[in-house]
Amino acid sequence: MVAGLYSGTASVAAAEMLELEKDELKLGFIKLTDMAPLAIAYEKGFFEDEGLFVTLEPQANWKVLLDRVITGELDGAHMLAGQPLAATIGFGTKAHIVTPFSMDLNGNGITVSNDVWAMMKEHIPLGDDGKPVHPIKADALKPVVDQFKAEGKPFNLGMVFPVSTHNYELRYWLASGDIHPGFYSPENVSGQIKADALLSVTPPPQMPATLEAGTIVGYCVGEPWNQAAVFKGIGVPVITDYEIWKNNPEKVFGLTKEFTEKYPNTTLALTKALIRAAEWLDENNNANRAEAVEILSRSEYVGADAEVIANSMTGTFEYEKGDKRDVPDFNVFFRHYATYPYYSDAIWYLTQMRRWGQIAEHKDDAWYAETAKSVYLPDVYMKAAEMLVEEGNADKADFPFGTDGYKAPTSDFIDGITFDAKAPNAYIDSLKIGLKSGQTVSGSEVVGG
Amino acid sequence: MTQAITVADPRLARRERLFQRINRAAGWLNVLGLGWVTPILRIAAGDNVAEQMSEIRKALLVPLAGILFFLALWAVLAPKVQTSLGAIPGPTAVLAQANVLLKDHIAERRKADAFYARQDERNAKLVAEGKSGQVKHRIFTGKPTYLDQIATSLLTVGLGFAIATLVAVPLGIASGLSKTINGAINPLIQIFKPVSPLAWLPIVTMVVSALYVNPSDLLPKSLVISAVTVTLCSLWPTLINTALGVASIDKDLVNVGKVLQLSTATTIRKLVLPSALPLIFTGLRLSLGVGWMVLIAAEMLAQNPGLGKFVWDEFQNGSSDSLARIIVAVLTIGIIGFILDRVMYALQSAFTFSSNR
Repeated sequence: MVAGLYSGTASVAAAEMLELEKDELKLGFIKLTDMAPLAIAYEKGFFEDEGLFVTLEPQANWKVLLDRVITGELDGAHMLAGQPLAATIGFGTKAHIVTPFSMDLNGNGITVSNDVWAMMKEHIPLGDDGKPVHPIKADALKPVVDQFKAEGKPFNLGMVFPVSTHNYELRYWLASGDIHPGFYSPENVSGQIKADALLSVTPPPQMPATLEAGTIVGYCVGEPWNQAAVFKGIGVPVITDYEIWKNNPEKVFGLTKEFTEKYPNTTLALTKALIRAAEWLDENNNANRAEAVEILSRSEYVGADAEVIANSMTGTFEYEKGDKRDVPDFNVFFRHYATYPYYSDAIWYLTQMRRWGQIAEHKDDAWYAETAKSVYLPDVYMKAAEMLVEEGNADKADFPFGTDGYKAPTSDFIDGITFDAKAPNAYIDSLKIGLKSGQTVSGSEVVGG
Repeated sequence: MTQAITVADPRLARRERLFQRINRAAGWLNVLGLGWVTPILRIAAGDNVAEQMSEIRKALLVPLAGILFFLALWAVLAPKVQTSLGAIPGPTAVLAQANVLLKDHIAERRKADAFYARQDERNAKLVAEGKSGQVKHRIFTGKPTYLDQIATSLLTVGLGFAIATLVAVPLGIASGLSKTINGAINPLIQIFKPVSPLAWLPIVTMVVSALYVNPSDLLPKSLVISAVTVTLCSLWPTLINTALGVASIDKDLVNVGKVLQLSTATTIRKLVLPSALPLIFTGLRLSLGVGWMVLIAAEMLAQNPGLGKFVWDEFQNGSSDSLARIIVAVLTIGIIGFILDRVMYALQSAFTFSSNR
């Protein structure tokens, strides 16, 4: 069994190799299945095809990862979509981080402990098959949170990082069920002001252990950690983020602005290799996913058991033990233009930062568009795509040529509210719980507006 | 009668010499933890078998029985503890994982060879096309295998221990010779000695990152950070023991030195060091033990390459093999710690003997 033999997809038609300014790179990742494009680009030789010699290094947590990209110990990394945006606007560590490549869509879930699930279940309608009707709304969780409150017990939930997609998804879901997830303010960055449910940070791989220890009663995290809870019999996933917001952008590949300016060709080559990896992951209707699962289950990548990873990577998702349902788009790496860095995706995250007070002051619509443009680099992406099409390594139809970087307005959210990225303030005002135009958090109260 | 004693049978004399040699070796074998070899040698040399068998029982069979008993207990009890990662693995599962780790190492080396073959091919093609300017030689960027991690840990602890020795021995000699210096640094020692490595780590990380700006490939930043953390914790036993060893020199010797008007350097070289060496080595042995223990924790927390990171990564992986792999690592750490200790003990014995001669 020779592991990971180079599959030699060397395109003989390779056009002139790019003149690389830097060809030895160290890239960071967190042990989650959506780091797959990096592992595949390495194992399948896509990095090498571009003349890149890449070392992939797992990181302890999101903060360490970001700090190491900023200090230059890492040349780039698998990041949460919110991280480059937050770093650039200065929430947390301030640094200009950019992204030319969006890594995937969907892929997260919300899991609650067995006890909370038992209490929730009384409030969830059952279908004709005797199984809970999906998607499960947070309305079913509301009475549980109220009961905790009445007994004077804190309702603690885990999420992976203050600017993580998981934080915003969990908050969106809770708020849609009338549970307040708490505000941030410049003086108080715990994010628990006025909160009904107390959210705090736990690194993804430690989620199951923390849940088991009773420190938290639920969490929102990427795979394989929701399925791991089912396997270990310690919790029940109640909803996937696909059901909270259909085809939401999840991870991006982040680099410092400085890196992209200093090494433009290296940035292009990286983007090319990652696009090819994403394409490989989705081609022929996910035919390669089984092989991808084997690669990801190796200890140097995700390292969890293959069957746990396979669950979500191959299009099924297990909620309660035995309640397996098809979620074909649970992990999307390339379809639906998944890898193109849309400005509108950036703007949605910015609206959520504003909604929960991470962006303390009111900003006008133009600011949202400018910020998105300074962080997301679709031009680099399109240049890489053009080169791949020219070399015969990609199909022109797979890229959104001619787009202005904005997706059409969508109401594919669990509460059906429409999001139009060109009118962010109107969108913020249309959401039930959260800061509205002109409002700020002062002490523990909302003022203005 | 008397003749028999004076004119010894040459065979007997040879045998006598052989036994003397065995006795001399016995001291060293004991130091190295191989005391059970001595009786076997004696039997081979023709000594009384029954007498030596009792020795063998004491030195070899009893420890072996202890180990076997432990293994049996482990094999019986482990499956009874169910964790969320499955049952605690028994000895066989751990052995299997040790094998897997070895196979991984071999597979990774194979991957590296394939990489170099591809690189040579590319370069040969470039040369043939007359583009020798574009020829590149790059190092293979695979994951560090288990054996690599062991090597990294040993290098780190070696570096940290070396720095600690270079700092602690001179400082210890100075504070042993002078009551003033001793008085000045004693409170500092008392305060810093109990501090856990994990408390030092953030500070060390920041300081090293600030000062060590251009890391070389041989000593990456992360390795230096772990090494300095080891230094800060393994410094104290050497420092205290050196000071004690120097302070407790025979007063007569010191007075002789004064009479002869020896320079300070000569005093230290000729008088202080020889008589303080046994205690200095006691300190070094303790330091290395502490350093090895601290290293694993530092690597775990700082995510610096090495065995500690291996353990943490496996814990994070949370696969059904993870626990067995972690136990492999625990046993490895223990065995390496034992070997390091024995090496230091051997050195210590060597110097103690020479000083007592």
